[in-house]
Amino acid sequence: MNAVILQARAVAKRFGSTVALAGFDFELGPGEIVGLIGANGAGKSTFVNILSGALPADEGELTLNGRPYRPADSRAAIREGVIALHQSTDRIAAPDLSVAEALLLDRFADGRSSFFVSPRTIRAEAGRILAQSGFDLPLSLAFGEISAAGRQLVAIARALAANARVLILDEPTASLSAAESERLFDVVERLAARGIAVLYISHRTQDLRRLCHRVVVLRGGRQAHAASRPVDFSQALEAMIGRPLAGAHAAARHVEGPPVLEVVGLQTRPGAPRIDLAVRAGEVVAVTGPLGAGKSRLLLTLFGVNRALAGEARLDGRLWRPRDPADAIAHGVHMAGEDRRRTSFTPADWPGGAIAAAIALPHLKRWFPRGFLKASVERGHAEAAIRRLGIRAGGPDARLDTLSGGNQQKVVLARWQAVTPRLMLLDEPFQGVDVGARADIAAAIRAQAQVATLIATSDAEEALEVADRIYRLDADGLAPLHEQAA
Amino acid sequence: MDLFAFARRGAVFALLAAMLIGFSAAEPAFLGLANFMSVLQSVSVVAILAAGVTVSMSVGGFDLSVGAIAASAVMAAAYAMVVWKLGAVATVAIALAFGLGVGLVNAALVVVVGVPDLLATLAMNFLLTGLQLIPTAGRSIAPGLILPSGDTAKGAFDPAFLAIGRARVGGVAPVPVLIMLAVGVLVFVLTERTRIGRLLFVVGGNEIAARLAGARVERLKTLAYLISGGLAALGGVIVAARVGRGDISSGASLLLDSVAASLIGFAVLAARRPNVFGSIVGAIFVGVLLNGLTMLNVPYYTQDFVKGAVLVGALGLTYGLKPRRA
Repeated sequence: MNAVILQARAVAKRFGSTVALAGFDFELGPGEIVGLIGANGAGKSTFVNILSGALPADEGELTLNGRPYRPADSRAAIREGVIALHQSTDRIAAPDLSVAEALLLDRFADGRSSFFVSPRTIRAEAGRILAQSGFDLPLSLAFGEISAAGRQLVAIARALAANARVLILDEPTASLSAAESERLFDVVERLAARGIAVLYISHRTQDLRRLCHRVVVLRGGRQAHAASRPVDFSQALEAMIGRPLAGAHAAARHVEGPPVLEVVGLQTRPGAPRIDLAVRAGEVVAVTGPLGAGKSRLLLTLFGVNRALAGEARLDGRLWRPRDPADAIAHGVHMAGEDRRRTSFTPADWPGGAIAAAIALPHLKRWFPRGFLKASVERGHAEAAIRRLGIRAGGPDARLDTLSGGNQQKVVLARWQAVTPRLMLLDEPFQGVDVGARADIAAAIRAQAQVATLIATSDAEEALEVADRIYRLDADGLAPLHEQAA
Repeated sequence: MDLFAFARRGAVFALLAAMLIGFSAAEPAFLGLANFMSVLQSVSVVAILAAGVTVSMSVGGFDLSVGAIAASAVMAAAYAMVVWKLGAVATVAIALAFGLGVGLVNAALVVVVGVPDLLATLAMNFLLTGLQLIPTAGRSIAPGLILPSGDTAKGAFDPAFLAIGRARVGGVAPVPVLIMLAVGVLVFVLTERTRIGRLLFVVGGNEIAARLAGARVERLKTLAYLISGGLAALGGVIVAARVGRGDISSGASLLLDSVAASLIGFAVLAARRPNVFGSIVGAIFVGVLLNGLTMLNVPYYTQDFVKGAVLVGALGLTYGLKPRRA
């Protein structure tokens, strides 16, 4: 492609002593979909923030359509047609707004709409925006009620209405099911066909393979690798982590012995299929399937957060019906929830926001039976975890918000491994984790020979990497997943 | 640690030192032990209430009923002695039980019914402000009180009870100051050094994470409101013992003063979170300022303005100077 819409030359950005970008060169042509990959901390977010006007570059030059491009803030970037969509769709609009209002939100905000708005004019205007984008969305439903994929489309429709020329998508499929992702890919391809340039950031190689014309690998703030279709992803991933990929897929181990967890005819929601499942000690079982199939619900039921509607679970042969998480933990059932910031961490400047305290949280009663905290005990456990999992941090007292996503996820795992459980439940343990940290986490999960491990993940590749056996859960029920060549 | 962060951590102490130097230069009597004790005595009740408010903040709540609990405890204590003719021990027990009971009701509203903290405790503040007037038909309680039934109350304040507010240990340290220090140390140790304290803050920081880590969130919130209610009643006992009568307007400024002390505490050592040490320092800070200004003959009616200005400044210091993250 000859034409270039967006060009970055030797862009550099420093935060104190940390170099986020060290002379990054990048080009994007009209109608091109370029994937940008990199480990956590490689500089992806910094680059997106510079493009979208959230941060100024320290050095280097950006041009848009051949003219110098230096947006003062995100509004200036949007005026120029450079629009970044963030991964969490709940930041697009308030859940109580209607879809129509959500579509018009930035017009309300920047004063382009008239001061008085009636429901009728809102609907008419929103309808125009939808027609322009070619999407089909229920205008009168509440924004919070439509699916994550629908919310994503609202954001894209809004970007189109603002005359986007460069669209930046940051992990757009993070909360989408396979079918919804496919729908999103179609949309992105249609946009590209209209001449919009797309910068696509993702950890998921399947998505990149499906969608991207080119892939650029960012490492240490520089371009480490670039490839056009067909992209050799093992080469790209090796460039990304800077070392050869170890055997990407776990060898399935055959484990003998009585089951630690036995689930018989368990129903977790009205109308949901009944689930039968067994997990033995030393075995890692993964459940994949689309978002909303009930994977998390299964784990939460086994952890005592939700009640089973029918059927039963047995733990080491005895009926397992925990009253609440505290009861589950006391009986050796641990669970690390999905979305670590929501389910595991406290704000970084509150007590409990350091690595050592975060790991100790569920074990306070066991470690401090007399009630008084001892920093040295917490630190000792944290130091052991840092060594064992290879957590890259300033030390046991480092705040969680100073760690990269992969290291944060290692802290979550370390919390629940600090005391060896009988049954370990892990919900999306690889969320927002790069390939290198993913291998470390998978190895740590598989190393626990006395523990029965049940993992919920929507990414089949992750399941292949960690599990001995894989099931798929969907509306029809739970069925063994026969390994296909990945 | 750069100079800026250092300045932010020490700002409240630097201002405190500046005030001490400035006031003692202008008025030598300011620096005497007697005046020092008088400052501490004047802030003791507010500091005790502030410690309770801080605990309620640590679970992500906010107890706005502490002022009314303290005022009601004043009335309850006076009523117990003057009307029921009870002794000091029984009176203190009744007042504290009253505070704990209100704390339990607050916790039930918040935890069981699900009313947002601010609204539940503000409503409770309203309710108690009215409730304390009913037994005496709106009169203050002193020996010889004429009851709504027409009888005359025959009891009196127990001297042992009055000692709680008026005695000095060793002739120097007022009892309220010693109670304040004991409460400060106990609640500090509880919140900052124990398992329970850690869990209280985790509940306040992320309730979902606390529950999934096995914390009994409802019990911890209930404990926090029991502590704030009990400490507020303790403050009320001290007020009743110092004043020696059940004055219906005794709690007027206690709520805002103790909330202000807790919020100034956010700025102490740049904690930016509720912390008991900061709350006590915050109460003392306001006390020193008001005492010094009074000695310099600054009119009494400017006090609320001064307190408000300190609070605005402290909050600006806490939130405005934080390093902005991209």
